[in-house]
Amino acid sequence: MTWKTTDAWGWGRVYRTRGEFARPERASALDRIAADSPCPAIGQRRSYADACLNSHGRTVLTDRLDRILSFDPDTGVLDAEAGCQLSEIVRLFAPRGWLPTVLPGTGFATVGGAIGMDVHGKNHHHAGSFGQHVASLTLHQPDGRSEVHPGEPLFEATVGGIGQTGPIGSARLQMQRIKGPVMMVTERRVPDLDTYLSLLDVSEAPYTVGWIDATASGASLGRGILEEAENGAGLVPPAKRGRTVPFDAPPFALAGTVVRGFNAAYYRRIPERGRTVVKPMEDFFFPLDKIYDWNRLYGKRGFHQFQCVVPLAERDVLRDMLAAVAASGLASPLAVLKRMGPGRAGMMSFPAEGYTLAIDFPAREEAPGMIRRLIAMADEAGGRVYLAKDAFAQPEQMDRMYPDRVAWAELVNARDPEGAYETDLVRRLALRTIQ
Amino acid sequence: MTETRQECWLILGATSSMARALSRKLAARGAALLLAGRDMDDLEATAADCRHRGAAWAEPIRFDARDSATFEPILSRMAAAEGTLNAAVFVGSMPEQALIDSDPSLIDSVVTDSFTGPARLIHALAPMLEERGSGTIVGVGSVAGDRGRVGNYVYGAAKAGFHTYMSGLRNRLTRSGAHAVTVKPGFVDTAMTWGLDGMFLVAPPEAVADAILKAERKRKNIIYTPFFWRYIMTIIRAIPEPIFKKMSI
Repeated sequence: MTWKTTDAWGWGRVYRTRGEFARPERASALDRIAADSPCPAIGQRRSYADACLNSHGRTVLTDRLDRILSFDPDTGVLDAEAGCQLSEIVRLFAPRGWLPTVLPGTGFATVGGAIGMDVHGKNHHHAGSFGQHVASLTLHQPDGRSEVHPGEPLFEATVGGIGQTGPIGSARLQMQRIKGPVMMVTERRVPDLDTYLSLLDVSEAPYTVGWIDATASGASLGRGILEEAENGAGLVPPAKRGRTVPFDAPPFALAGTVVRGFNAAYYRRIPERGRTVVKPMEDFFFPLDKIYDWNRLYGKRGFHQFQCVVPLAERDVLRDMLAAVAASGLASPLAVLKRMGPGRAGMMSFPAEGYTLAIDFPAREEAPGMIRRLIAMADEAGGRVYLAKDAFAQPEQMDRMYPDRVAWAELVNARDPEGAYETDLVRRLALRTIQ
Repeated sequence: MTETRQECWLILGATSSMARALSRKLAARGAALLLAGRDMDDLEATAADCRHRGAAWAEPIRFDARDSATFEPILSRMAAAEGTLNAAVFVGSMPEQALIDSDPSLIDSVVTDSFTGPARLIHALAPMLEERGSGTIVGVGSVAGDRGRVGNYVYGAAKAGFHTYMSGLRNRLTRSGAHAVTVKPGFVDTAMTWGLDGMFLVAPPEAVADAILKAERKRKNIIYTPFFWRYIMTIIRAIPEPIFKKMSI
């Protein structure tokens, strides 16, 4: 059978739907589906809300299109099928001295998904976005396959284009040479937001990322742990063991007092004067992947993630956001602050020069109101929200946040006038609507 | 990486997801792979993937159970390979019973695809294993071959024939130091079972591949995978025929 009716949900487990799914195992099977029943393609469903859902419609899964097709050790160009998970590329190629130039926070993300979201990593301020290192990609369209290259309008509509140009079958990625299979990570406590932003501004490390205690307030507002890292040679320390979450956590696990206590302890985990440690690649790049179903830690109701980027001049709005979050008592232990560079590869790509803040919220009743407030603050500050995470933005905010949206929609609609590739996200935010 | 041994594996039906999972695991331990099937583009993709996962070498080659002209090139390539020779057979076809009911000539092709085609090829390969005094032939059958059921008894009959063939082959190969393993998978999460009604306890192809490698290492004779299918099938086989004939399972 080609189609299987089953349930699906976004990574946050709030948005759920039912639909028909195909899971081709060969490129030729994807060709057939692309011709007979064009529909959106999705990877490992790591988008938090509805970007990876097509309610009551059809969806093609790329899980089984996951092979390495070629690798040229002279140029570092890797050709991989769209369903290939980035952690697998790291596992196979890091020992041989090569790494994908950009890696997002989860290694479960697929090549196709990383392109569709134009994901960024801890080195965005130096290396730019994932799509900037794609040498070419192959789209499977109703009239056959076509190879698309940087500089072409279709490329810019596809990278960051949330799947609206059709299924990606494979892509050629420019990998980077690395010195060795480990990461040297310097972790230090940062007492408050101003110190944090200043440290991010002057950091020269190739990789930086900061954990933030979103429950801290007053003088400690914005405190956290800054991680600066570079690649190095050396012996690989034993990786942390993988674990699964056997059941949905009970609601009290993320009660305000518990999170505050956890965060305070987590902050003090790092010695006062900081420390430098050697970590295996996977532990540094994909810290949460070791807990396979960590989304279950948020219990049955699931969770949301808010992520925005605001211009460098808008430090104050970050302070206001963190103050509002701390006062609400809604935050979870997961919050991240990072400085981004200007690099982006597509018309609908998220990255922009500035600071990006990401915060998880358990899906309690008050969460949507809180997140809508944060989105409005980002909007007013000239920032934008990340479509891979978004659940609550409004259609009228999109043209301010994504100035190329109309041009993108024209291009996409011309190729897919029936809207066959639309997802729940695209419909909710009217992303392909032209007034 | 674990120790690298000199071994070559012929994978018949290498486009199936179970075969792909096994090929990847063999590649990771440095085996050479001859990937045989009909979709050459897909075989080349799997071969490339295996090369990047550590295979000594991996080559696609054409195999059609219904076309004996494709057998000879496979046999000569195997004869030229170094080290231990092995084979894993994943081929078979399972048209819906209703299709067969309306066109009984399909029975021939099911038997050719699932039994006589691969049997002819491995029958010609067996002397090479005997000559080298080592190697394993893995024959993937099916729990459907343990008892004929109204839903797919033509496929079941072909697999039953294949099981009996494997049993005789094992009896023969053991005399020279080579070995044969019969593998009876239950429901496996493949393109064949995707979206079918009535699936339960569906195993990922990787689990089947692990079970096959363990059976090869421990020289098991007949394995069910996942293991609990042995008990399920023991019960199904124990149902007296007067009762069984009225059931539809």
